[in-house]
Amino acid sequence: MEHALGLEEMRLVEALRNRDEQAFAQLIRMYQAALLRVALMYVSSRAIAEDVVQESWVAVLNGIDRFEGRSSLKTWIFRIVANRAKTRGQREARSRPFSSFEPEPSVDPDRFVDGQWAAPPESWPEERLLDAEALRVIGDAIEGLPPSQRAVITLRDVQGWSAEEVRNALELSETNERVLLHRARVKVRAALEEYLMEDV
Amino acid sequence: MTETADQLSCQELVELVTDYLDDALPPAERVRFDAHIAGCDGCTGYLEQIRVTIAFTGRLAPEQLAPEAEAALLEAFRDWKRRP
Repeated sequence: MEHALGLEEMRLVEALRNRDEQAFAQLIRMYQAALLRVALMYVSSRAIAEDVVQESWVAVLNGIDRFEGRSSLKTWIFRIVANRAKTRGQREARSRPFSSFEPEPSVDPDRFVDGQWAAPPESWPEERLLDAEALRVIGDAIEGLPPSQRAVITLRDVQGWSAEEVRNALELSETNERVLLHRARVKVRAALEEYLMEDV
Repeated sequence: MTETADQLSCQELVELVTDYLDDALPPAERVRFDAHIAGCDGCTGYLEQIRVTIAFTGRLAPEQLAPEAEAALLEAFRDWKRRP
């Protein structure tokens, strides 16, 4: 049993089974923000997402004694939230399927002539990149993404999950995960470029 | 660079960078990608900027849990704990 769990996750599961509040506090600090972003893939407001995530935590606690460790604890928690958010979204008849997957160019087509760069990317001024403001620009760009792209880039590039972990937690196909991540990164790069290249 | 039938255009290449970085391109496609990059400053610069973007995104601190949100969740935990 519990072959999908690392040592730290085994410790957390044991602690939760012993009703250890510190372990629960650690989990919510690690995952709450990312869980809200996942819930927002399916429901229409932040308030509903918060509701869904809170109910999901209670479901996690109620299920912890029966949790068999066939997936990691992390994947299990994210799946509970994703499933509950989906159900909630459907119930409200507002389920928002993943933002379109039809092939659309993600980089501004105006930058190319006959497939070649008309305006090749200029190199970025390093001193501005190292400015705290650049991080704020990235954060704002992520905040402004469509919900599915925002959730995927948060897990992959902010939290540092692998592609496989994200696919498992969100039940996405390999292609869809990558399309969402690609679109998100292209937009964040573009926002950063706009900030870095603007006249100072 | 001049384009022939089996070469990627810059516009095609930029759509493949995420697959490339995840090592998910089929081998033949990867060869075309590498061949293009080797001779194209614009695409080399673009790929580098995507790498920089990913690295800086990784420096964002995960959003802090608001104290009220934390208090509400801990309250839910205590309710659960009190249950028989």
